[in-house]
Amino acid sequence: MTISESAEKTRAVASLAGSYVQHAGVFDELLGRGGVPREHWKTLLGELDALGGSELSHRSESANRIILEQGITYNVYGDPRGRERPWQLDPIPFVLDGAEWAKLGKALTQRAVLINRVLADCYGAQDLLRSGWLPPALLFAQPEFLRPAHGIRPPGGIHLHFYAADVARSPDGQWWVLNDRTQIPTGSGYALANRLVSSRVLPEAFRNCGVQRVAGYFRQVQTTLASLCSRRTDEPRIVMLTPGPYNETYFEQAYLARYLGYSLVEGQDLTVRDERVYLKTLSGLEPVDVILRRLDDDFCDPLELRSDSTLGIPGLVEAVRAGNVAVANALGTGLLESPAFMPFLPGLSRHVLGEELLMPSVATWWCGQKPAEAYVREHSGELELRPAFRRHRGFAGGAWDAKDLERQIRFAPHLWTAQERVALSTSPCWDGSRLSPHPTALRVYLVATPDGGYTVMPGGLARLGAESSAQFVTMQGGGASKDTWVLSDGPVEETTLIHPAGGVVELRRVGNNLPSRLADNYFWLGRYAERADATGRLLRSALLRFNPESAGSEAPLIAPLLETLGAQGQFPDGCGETAHELEAALLAAVYDPANPGSLRGLADKAEQLAMLVRDRTSNDVWRALSGFNECVSVSPDGAEPLPTDAIAGINRLLLQVASFYGLSRENMTRAQGWRFLDMGMRIERALYLATFLSHALRAEMADNPSVLEAVLEVADSTITYRSRYSLLPNLAAVYDLVLLDDTNPRSLLFQLLQLEKHFARLPREKQSALPTEAQRLLVGSVASVRLLDPRELSDRHTGWHTGQTGVVLRDILQNIPRLSDAIAASYFAHSSISRA
Amino acid sequence: MNYTITHRTIYDYPAAVSASFHAARFEPQTFEGQKCIDFELRVWPAPAVQKVRTDYFGNHISFFSIQEMHRRLEVSARSRVSVKAATPPALALSEVWEKVRERFRDPVSPADVQPYEFCLDSPLIMATPVLADYAKASFPAGVPSLVGVRDLARRIFRDFKYDPRATTVATPIDEVLRKRAGVCQDFAHIAIASLRSLGIPARYVSGYLRTVPPPGKERLVGADASHAWFAAYCPQHGWLEFDPTNDLLVGEDHIRVAVGRDFSDVSPLSGILTGGGEHEVNVSVDVKPEF
Repeated sequence: MTISESAEKTRAVASLAGSYVQHAGVFDELLGRGGVPREHWKTLLGELDALGGSELSHRSESANRIILEQGITYNVYGDPRGRERPWQLDPIPFVLDGAEWAKLGKALTQRAVLINRVLADCYGAQDLLRSGWLPPALLFAQPEFLRPAHGIRPPGGIHLHFYAADVARSPDGQWWVLNDRTQIPTGSGYALANRLVSSRVLPEAFRNCGVQRVAGYFRQVQTTLASLCSRRTDEPRIVMLTPGPYNETYFEQAYLARYLGYSLVEGQDLTVRDERVYLKTLSGLEPVDVILRRLDDDFCDPLELRSDSTLGIPGLVEAVRAGNVAVANALGTGLLESPAFMPFLPGLSRHVLGEELLMPSVATWWCGQKPAEAYVREHSGELELRPAFRRHRGFAGGAWDAKDLERQIRFAPHLWTAQERVALSTSPCWDGSRLSPHPTALRVYLVATPDGGYTVMPGGLARLGAESSAQFVTMQGGGASKDTWVLSDGPVEETTLIHPAGGVVELRRVGNNLPSRLADNYFWLGRYAERADATGRLLRSALLRFNPESAGSEAPLIAPLLETLGAQGQFPDGCGETAHELEAALLAAVYDPANPGSLRGLADKAEQLAMLVRDRTSNDVWRALSGFNECVSVSPDGAEPLPTDAIAGINRLLLQVASFYGLSRENMTRAQGWRFLDMGMRIERALYLATFLSHALRAEMADNPSVLEAVLEVADSTITYRSRYSLLPNLAAVYDLVLLDDTNPRSLLFQLLQLEKHFARLPREKQSALPTEAQRLLVGSVASVRLLDPRELSDRHTGWHTGQTGVVLRDILQNIPRLSDAIAASYFAHSSISRA
Repeated sequence: MNYTITHRTIYDYPAAVSASFHAARFEPQTFEGQKCIDFELRVWPAPAVQKVRTDYFGNHISFFSIQEMHRRLEVSARSRVSVKAATPPALALSEVWEKVRERFRDPVSPADVQPYEFCLDSPLIMATPVLADYAKASFPAGVPSLVGVRDLARRIFRDFKYDPRATTVATPIDEVLRKRAGVCQDFAHIAIASLRSLGIPARYVSGYLRTVPPPGKERLVGADASHAWFAAYCPQHGWLEFDPTNDLLVGEDHIRVAVGRDFSDVSPLSGILTGGGEHEVNVSVDVKPEF
């Protein structure tokens, strides 16, 4: 480095940190006394300065692009459309130095151990109540105290497998705990995703700062969960139980399930038999050893817990009690999430652990105690009032009527807590042109170790408030996040989740057995993708032939197209009176989001289904699918689309569908998921083709070359036809190509033969001696199609549909829906739960 | 007095049930003054798994699950119970109600932890100022607590009309209070909620009541029903039971099965089914005294 380069660099450092104006009265993470950058930020600051402002903006855009591409989202409740919102990540990480982190980790480990001990007592002997260390109302008045879980001792005495603490720094630099997360500590998946993004957009800085890796934490998660298995097996079956895709952190659940290698299941995928939990798969019931729970504990078993839960597994509590399945976190851990426990933790720590509590909680008063109630009443203006328990009556949030509140507290003081308002420390964020300070809180994650200790994730989820506010903003409210870099004192240990090398692995050609519900979703994803494709082709052909100038004369030619759409519920009957009406109806059939049968509605539905198999599909496939509805959305400027816009949109959509088909064909292993996807697609294609052909045969001018052109177009067989016959479309030749040609992937016979192949490989179809109903339907259909001779059509000059071809098509049209039902009955028959 | 009690429940399902899980509380408790001599629970079709344990409140609870296709479920509980007549305590000698209330205000002595649990809100019962006002009329200053409770039970008996069509198992308390009508479950809930709103521990009791046929008539088999009442806590006497539906102090005619914070803790039979549809339930209870 020459002297001038070095001088250049120094100036740059001065400029980036120099334009950063810290807030008065709060701790700033970046700048210390006198506005000098703190020691542990210097390396990062140097790297950022080396990049410069415009490059930093560029990197920030890359971060956003990665987030979009990876589909990292957060669901916001009450958002009717676009439920998912892209995750917001500030590119500048939150930096902490190793020594300080070690202290933080030690304090939170102590807290986790303490909380676990308190939980064990509450769900066991309850000595803490009897000895006066815990006021009994804290336990008894809590809706989170699950009495059916009382007396269950979980494996190893661990109730709290996962713990997270929201911590923040007060103006004097001291760390405080704002919240304890003991029910379902969410966000570790987002922390992992943040790490993936930040290490990719700031690779130089990441390398040079010596950032501690987070993979070790996740390896500990795997070890801990595996240790909970009560069966003697080398391969315990661990599943992640999700409330479903509408949950706010569904992305995270799918992401973590994929990363940790667990099946993501819903309650209806599991069943209890003989006090053991099983996963319903295509080949039958498979035992489940450990449930990683992302469903609130009171929803987990409608028999013993909330009876209105439709998300749980009836009989689960008995299975847990019998020791046949472990649930992490154990049922009932939500108890300690109540802020009302905070004032008692220092005393409990001395009593239970014989140690001083290492990290204080934000000052909290529980009004169930008289002195606290009196204090809160006097200082109500300065304190933040919070319900003591999560599910709290009469608490609407938002605006408070002070008088009413006063009455409420006086009547039932134990339902209220008050907390000191905290001025959070600020950390630097990139706002597009400079660094600016934002209030920041950090969520730190811990996982229990089988020996009763805890491992801390070196890193965590830093969450930001708005620049001006010192108050905390939640993710539901729409705050941004940061990656957290904990600097290493020594060389960084490289760990990944890939299994330790050299271990003996049983080789497999099939994945873990597919849950029936996923097979169902794949099947319908195939059907909807193809429905979008077929509808797109029919609408495009109609739009191409539609000419407002000569609507009347063209009508007979496009009638079969419209009738087919009508028969499948995608087009209203009798709306082609005038050319104008017809045009409007055609455009609505493309764009109308309110009509579930419109192309747009189908694209939305396909996307929803794709969401349900998200944890099993690659990002590429997801991208292809999530692009469907953009093609058929009205442009944001609100301009009325023209028929030519619609045709262009449909063309793009058909390409997207083709790329989805191509990706699934080339990238999905020929396992059950793919098989059901393809079966759904074949069934739908056969159904549309048969419907269209039977309408085309009924047309007055079924042998008219224009109608036959449309047949070839819809069946995407125009080019093949031209390469074989150098003449105008001929009735028999066209129907031979689209019905009987088993080399044409668009022909009816081809679809049926593919379905036959799939059936031969389905788990339960192989075993039975006699053909199943589905097989009978298929065998019959294939035979009748094969025996057709389309030349019979040429002998007629009217009433084509009354011939053998028409009869067979009608049979096929009856058999295909029955085939679909038969598949559903044998493979997707998952429980509709009712109550008595 | 000895009783033989038969409690049969029959479910008829329009659609086949492929699997079902049930929790049942039919077995009468044994305690000072009552002894369950014999108990048998029979279920058709035969359950694949059947287990008995004691729940959080000390009630006997049976879990069973049926894992074969069925369209009818029949659960029959038969118990033999001996109930001793006890002299009711002198209500007027119980502690003044304000003192009882004070005892269950912060700080609560660790010795009172058990009854204290029944001072707090539970899934179906929430204390409200309105209910406290309702209870107040029975609790003028300085009144012995059990005298107040007895009066409250009587007032509920007078103020509320017994009307099985007025409410369902899911009717919330405020609605019962507005309608001034309901059945034994509602009256017990009203009493418990009122007492808790004042700060006096109260709990729900489920069981059976021997019905005495009108003079000259035969006792009708199966005409009885399961019954519910409440118990209030007083430091000298512990839990004392009152029947607001019949304006009675609970005695030899009541057979206690289970106690809890409210109905949700003692529901006799609950179940989760796979399949089934809109089913029909038929319950018959027969409380037969042995002379």
